[in-house]
Amino acid sequence: MTDSKYFTTTKKGEIFELKAELNSDKKEKKKEAVKKVIASMTVGKDVSALFPDVVNCMQTDNLELKKLVYLYLMNYAKSQPDMAIMAVNTFVKDCEDPNPLIRALAVRTMGCIRVDKITEYLCEPLRKCLKDEDPYVRKTAAVCVAKLHDINAQLVEDQGFLDTLKDLISDSNPMVVANAVAALSEIAESHPSSNLLDLNPQSINKLLTALNECTEWGQIFILDCLANYMPKDDREAQSICERVTPRLSHANSAVVLSAVKVLMKFMEMLSKDLDYYGTLLKKLAPPLVTLLSAEPELQYVALRNINLIVQKRPEILKHEMKVFFVKYNDPIYVKLEKLDIMIRLASQANIAQVLAELKEYATEVDVDFVRKAVRAIGRCAIKVEQSAERCVSTLLDLIQTKVNYVVQEAIVVIKDIFRKYPNKYESVIATLCENLDSLDEPEARAAMIWIVGEYAERIDNADELLESFLEGFHDESTQVQLQLLTAIVKLFLKKPTETQELVQQVLSLATQDSDNPDLRDRGYIYWRLLSTDPVAAKEVVLAEKPLISEETDLIEPTLLDELICYIGTLASVYHKPPSAFVEGSRGVVHKSLPPRTGSSESAESPEAAPSAGQAAEQPAVIPAQGDLLGDLLNLDLGPPVSGPPLAASSVQMGAVDLLGGGLDSLMGGSGFTAPGPAAPAGMGAPLGSGLGDLFDLTGGVGTLSGSYVAPKTVGAISMDLVLTNKALQVMSDFAIQFNRNSFGLAPAAPLQVHAPLAPNQSVEISLPLNTVGSVMKMDPLNNLQVAVKNNIDVFYFSTLYPLHILFVEDGKMERQMFLATWKDIPNENEAQFQIKDCSLNADAVSNKLQGSNIFTIAKRNVEGQDMLYQSLKLTNGIWVLAELRIQPSNPSFTLSLKCRAPEVSQYVYQAYDAILKN
Amino acid sequence: MIGGLFIYNHKGEVLISRVYRDDIGAVQLPVSVHVVVTSLWPCRRNAVDAFRVNVIHARQQVRSPVTNIARTSFFHVKRSNIWLAAVTKQNVNAAMVFEFLYKMCDVMTAYFGKISEENIKNNFVLIYELLDEILDFGYPQNSETGALKTFITQQGIKSQTKEEQSQITSQVTGQIGWRREGIKYRRNELFLDVLESVNLLMSPQGQVLSAHVSGRVVMKSYLSGMPECKFGMNDKIVIEKQGKGTADETGKSGKQSIAIDDCTFHQCVRLSKFDSERSISFIPPDGEFELMRYRTTKDIILPFRVIPLVREVGRTKLEVKVVIKSNFKPSLLAQKIEVRIPTPLNTSGVQVICMKGKAKYKASENAIVWKIKRMAGMKESQISAEIELLPTNDKKKWARPPISMNFEVPFAPSGLKVRYLKVFEPKLNYSDHDVIKWVRYIGRSGIYETRC
Repeated sequence: MTDSKYFTTTKKGEIFELKAELNSDKKEKKKEAVKKVIASMTVGKDVSALFPDVVNCMQTDNLELKKLVYLYLMNYAKSQPDMAIMAVNTFVKDCEDPNPLIRALAVRTMGCIRVDKITEYLCEPLRKCLKDEDPYVRKTAAVCVAKLHDINAQLVEDQGFLDTLKDLISDSNPMVVANAVAALSEIAESHPSSNLLDLNPQSINKLLTALNECTEWGQIFILDCLANYMPKDDREAQSICERVTPRLSHANSAVVLSAVKVLMKFMEMLSKDLDYYGTLLKKLAPPLVTLLSAEPELQYVALRNINLIVQKRPEILKHEMKVFFVKYNDPIYVKLEKLDIMIRLASQANIAQVLAELKEYATEVDVDFVRKAVRAIGRCAIKVEQSAERCVSTLLDLIQTKVNYVVQEAIVVIKDIFRKYPNKYESVIATLCENLDSLDEPEARAAMIWIVGEYAERIDNADELLESFLEGFHDESTQVQLQLLTAIVKLFLKKPTETQELVQQVLSLATQDSDNPDLRDRGYIYWRLLSTDPVAAKEVVLAEKPLISEETDLIEPTLLDELICYIGTLASVYHKPPSAFVEGSRGVVHKSLPPRTGSSESAESPEAAPSAGQAAEQPAVIPAQGDLLGDLLNLDLGPPVSGPPLAASSVQMGAVDLLGGGLDSLMGGSGFTAPGPAAPAGMGAPLGSGLGDLFDLTGGVGTLSGSYVAPKTVGAISMDLVLTNKALQVMSDFAIQFNRNSFGLAPAAPLQVHAPLAPNQSVEISLPLNTVGSVMKMDPLNNLQVAVKNNIDVFYFSTLYPLHILFVEDGKMERQMFLATWKDIPNENEAQFQIKDCSLNADAVSNKLQGSNIFTIAKRNVEGQDMLYQSLKLTNGIWVLAELRIQPSNPSFTLSLKCRAPEVSQYVYQAYDAILKN
Repeated sequence: MIGGLFIYNHKGEVLISRVYRDDIGAVQLPVSVHVVVTSLWPCRRNAVDAFRVNVIHARQQVRSPVTNIARTSFFHVKRSNIWLAAVTKQNVNAAMVFEFLYKMCDVMTAYFGKISEENIKNNFVLIYELLDEILDFGYPQNSETGALKTFITQQGIKSQTKEEQSQITSQVTGQIGWRREGIKYRRNELFLDVLESVNLLMSPQGQVLSAHVSGRVVMKSYLSGMPECKFGMNDKIVIEKQGKGTADETGKSGKQSIAIDDCTFHQCVRLSKFDSERSISFIPPDGEFELMRYRTTKDIILPFRVIPLVREVGRTKLEVKVVIKSNFKPSLLAQKIEVRIPTPLNTSGVQVICMKGKAKYKASENAIVWKIKRMAGMKESQISAEIELLPTNDKKKWARPPISMNFEVPFAPSGLKVRYLKVFEPKLNYSDHDVIKWVRYIGRSGIYETRC
């Protein structure tokens, strides 16, 4: 066969010739001509002019020719919709052909022709094919429903194809089941709210049975679908896991990864004390290691996923360090990923081996890889204290190589090591200083300048070194300029006599000759600070720095949990949620891990954790951001490698730290304040890190801090504020205003601060509120943004308030009314929560809740459990119905909430939790 | 799911283009890149061109097998100088896409041999037909060549009888999609190859730093009908389980059994049965396939030991002596032995003397390469070399890369033994005894290094 000849005919008049051949009587010639047409189509030539002639060839009993014509049709039908109609008859006829291969081919091709007029004709044949006696036709028709849905979703619903598709899940043929699952999953993705894939224990059982019998691809479809199921309890989760684990031995890596996804997800529900939990952990390691012997592209996918798994459950692979050692012939993308995982797994037990490897890597040829290896050595030093000394000496060896980028990278990481272990390795500074001239990257220059400034008292010629940088001040990047400014100020504070001139010079460069507002502002602040109160300046600029933490580039936990739900998919390769790279409605649904049930330990998943816990945990897990704000005073260097997306909230949390003592006890874990006289922050605008340095600075000079405390009584809503003047000036003329918020909260009276507030004086105020203000939905719903104004400036902060302050006194519903409303609210609006560790009995619960305007309407005792039926009403008239299940022996209560506005359920639950535990 | 599949030659010209979903059309090229495209499919062409411009024609090395250009993801694999790229706009199962691309390569190889530009052009009609069959709306379908070859033939379709047609469809969709019914052989025969690659990193003092074996069991089956097979090996877990009954056997066979760290199986193996009983039972595809892959790390027989001795004589001379010892039965022969001794970058001349085989200094590779055609077990051989060095003022010491070795031995270094492969075909009248079975063990070196 020499089909390649078709690619070479490029004569003029070709179309004309082809036309003649297509209309030839000889079958062979016709077929040749169609092949030529397809070849032209492939290389991008326009052969649409031949449409009628090609379609004429459709009526043939030669299957090969038919397929070619169909291929042509799929490509050109859209551009020639009117002529495409000519093909309809043949399609419809082919759908009735005695040969199942032809029936399937016809229905498959018709689904690919995206012409409205044709899709109309598709419905009847498709309906028949979905019920065809031959499984090959049925499996093709199942996919065709998804195709049709993509063209015309309404049509698919109107024609009832979705129900037929659902029936196919119970088909006797496993491949039909698999394709039906794939089609339904895809359709369900574009209708997040619909209950299309109505997964229940029965259908799950069917899927698990089909899993053992279908092709490798079908197994992937089914496993991916299973991963979306939320088991009722830990027992069901375990039984599904048991039936999925055999897939871990499949030769197809995608089957293995999809199985890992199901297991990782359902494992969340299993109690850690369970024997099975341990067994499962052990079973997960070997298949993950085996994935590394696959082809490099798959290794890459596997490594990106292992990176997530190691962050979520480090115990799985903690003994498998060696398999991540880089092989000399690995492609670069595999090498870089392995390196990342090696550092995550580094511990005291294996650090020697890891370091030996990293040292090898630092002498490789690929620049990116070498840089990353050098950085990795630094990260090891920070992570495993015992190894720090060895790491530093390794880094010094590397600096001796004088390879430019190695030296620069090493200096950047040594700076981090200094910060982690102050006053330990400063003896190496001399060696570092030798390499000053070779630094040409901003990050390395900034790191070096920081080191010189920080240790100015130990470096004899610190002033000369810094002065040399100052010469080309305007050509430096902002990062270096800011650092140079701070370093020289530090130097001045340490050696004031010799460096006065230098500091003058840098301050004037920064304030007068620069048009960078950050630099200018910082210059002014230093200037004023130095001129008004040098002692304070010393306290601010040379303040003790917070230690940097070990793990700098962990993925933010809620994102990590979401990505765990996407193991094996592109999202897990990019480490981004699908919404970041998928257009349209698909993939917008956020997936989350199931809450742990059946055990008394506190839940790990974010939606079950009370917000207070979350707020407390967050800064600890995202140290990169917290550090950034907390330490900007002395350091303008960004976190080594951090994932900025979705971190806006964490920046806010960092700001809380920043203000230190003034604010640390925020009741209910809600709160956020960031006042600062010079802060041009807009209402509700999250703090950019660029502002952070300003806040920190002013924190020393003078500031006002306000804190909001949730009222402890219900009835009249009020807000308790403590205002402390930390500025040097007297404050007066206070006023307060709220931004529009979800429930229209507004001050009912003006803010009364009777006497002017002297420096360092505090005043407590209770501000009555009402709910007649303007309404705007906030995220989170209970977020309140507040502005306090005085003679100096406007101060902005935001806070979260507990929802129960909004529960009104006439929230008791009639019994009949309750029953009717409960039935009336659709099931999708029902939300279930666990209230853990509550030891009250039903009556005590009822009384306690009544105090907060949650009214018990009925109480029943079913099989030893107390069921409380309750109602409450919000200030804006929203009713919330609740069913609270209390088992005498179990400290966990189950709370089911039904509401026409389901978005409040989460906050109502938080209120319940807070009231019951108060 | 997969939105489209393209095959390019090394110049970036499109050889095959099959679009499954319209959404992949809208890839916009960076403005700076001006591409003149004379095509009717302007939108689809953009996806095609985006990949060419950003990946195939990119100057630097491929940094990732997955590329995201303008919210469109491109997955690619390369076979010789042919690029296969799958394109999507959705959050697809990435592992599945790569597995599919490999499978696609396998299918094409099974149909027309090596994947080359010429072969692809020669078979483009066939490839389109295959793509239509094995990928529907971007969802991979049955892609076992055994099944595909029954109805995608390129021989012109004979009008099949009704039975034949339903046989084809039931096979393609059936539980054993990898095998067709009605296969007949006059001689029922099967071949088992146990292929292992042994990896080692050893310290100069002869201490094993890390060692593992990754093995594959490849089967070639020429069996009639739908034979039910059961494969048995000296898996420690199985042996111990059986050993419980007869106590004395445990002591004897316990030593010979091996601990398998992990194994994966071809899709014909019933995984749930392996999980519950650890028995490997299956109906094999016809012809050659990889039955299983496995990995072991314990009690590995290291076929060779390398004993290095490097002495620096002054600053301009190195004396190297390397002894290799073969560590297996004297009756067995190792083949294709190659020892690679790295030399410093400033080597000016090398003199080598070896007892066996041939040794040569290869300046371009900075190594002495010593080759021995065959070597029996329990033997040893030696090479000594004098390396002259150019004096340099480079303070940096030579890093002394490890000495690496290549070889092939006729046994399995993991100690894996095939205990049985039983064949049952209840419908046809041949029994397990009538099947001619061949077993072969080949152990090859993977990364086999000794530090010096």
